[in-house]
Amino acid sequence: MNTSVPSSGRPQLARHVRLAFDRTRERHVLLQPESVVVLNATGADVLGLCDGQRTVAEIVEELRGRYNRVVENEVRHFLDRLVAKRCVEISDG
Amino acid sequence: MDRPFGLLAELTYRCPLSCAYCSNPLNLADYSDELTTAEWQRVLAEARQLGVLQCHLSGGEPLLRRDLVEIVKSAGELGLYTNLVTSAIGLSRRRAEELRAAGLDHVQISVQAGEPVVSDRIAGMRSFERKIEAAQVVKELGWPLTVNVVLHRQNIDTIADILRLAEQLAADRVELANTQYYGWALRNRDTLLPSEAQLRRAEVVVRAARKRLAGRMDLIYVLPDYYSRYPKPCMGGWGKRQLTVAPNGDTLPCPAAHAIPLPRASVREDSLERIWTSSPLFQRFRGTDWMPDPCRSCDRREIDFGGCRCQAFQLTGDAARTDPVCHLSPDHAIVAETVRAANEGTGPRVGVLVPRPHRG
Repeated sequence: MNTSVPSSGRPQLARHVRLAFDRTRERHVLLQPESVVVLNATGADVLGLCDGQRTVAEIVEELRGRYNRVVENEVRHFLDRLVAKRCVEISDG
Repeated sequence: MDRPFGLLAELTYRCPLSCAYCSNPLNLADYSDELTTAEWQRVLAEARQLGVLQCHLSGGEPLLRRDLVEIVKSAGELGLYTNLVTSAIGLSRRRAEELRAAGLDHVQISVQAGEPVVSDRIAGMRSFERKIEAAQVVKELGWPLTVNVVLHRQNIDTIADILRLAEQLAADRVELANTQYYGWALRNRDTLLPSEAQLRRAEVVVRAARKRLAGRMDLIYVLPDYYSRYPKPCMGGWGKRQLTVAPNGDTLPCPAAHAIPLPRASVREDSLERIWTSSPLFQRFRGTDWMPDPCRSCDRREIDFGGCRCQAFQLTGDAARTDPVCHLSPDHAIVAETVRAANEGTGPRVGVLVPRPHRG
């Protein structure tokens, strides 16, 4: 599927997806009906900000307060992949 | 050692339907001494401890367990994502509301065909209308809905109806999986295996539907492995990502592993962790060291793990052989012969399906 998340889009987790912290693996995970996505710390941070209110640009801005180097394209690419997996939905800005 | 992600909790093998493609074992009566509520709660807690994140509540028909709501509640409290795999018989509005309140995350409803006559015939009872009503309740209560249809020679030609139905029900996912030949399905295999022409027609419909439904509905289509060049990566590897607990507490690396001649492992006698980490049943086919050739020297050994151990056992009598589905298997003729027979003649195949009994 070809998707591209615009900077003005407001991402949020799809309804059937749950973001959780797995104490056994000490990683954040995305839980869905038939699969589990194990996230790295950055991925978990991005998704923690995907509340359907913030735009991608705002999320990137917020991440810049936490990390030295945040590349908007990388964040968008990460979200693109999750949109393709139907874990994330984007409402238009 | 890897930690498991998923637990298939087969709560009971009792079922109101009698589908001939059922993958439950033939000796259903041996599983009638079911785990109690407290035993399941212990299993769930141990599973979570071991790393399990997803719990598929299945069977038989899990709704036949009177304590299902309690089990769901316990699973949810442990942080497990819960998925109910059901025929929907017994999913009244009241029961659905209770399950919703208990925190059930997802519901997967099976139908047997895209229209009532064929669906009821395959299910062995009038059930289609009740399934549709239950699916509507599931959507109304705000659950994500998966519609699941096991495909075979007698319903694969109704695939367009099935997709239309899933669309009408506003399903979030539709899973069209060709029959896997275990248990009752293996006994009925020669009557269930579709022809190549049927599969080609189905594929055209699936491809068009994927385009039409993109972004609205996930469409999962699983080919019958008998028609594949390579075997399926059964369970994502033996004792690697998944485990199954049968109604009587038997713990299995693959839901079809009942028959494999290794000492049985049961949560009634041991902890889930010890079973996972050190039982002979889970250890025997872990990794790649057990593999014979052609698997041992094959580039795909970490992709398909030599296929399904249970299928190898069922078809050759030796669980350590390459899955005969693989075209490189020395036993591939067994599968090729079955496929050849399924493609003889063009008319409908005459065959008597043996329905699975409701209970043992």
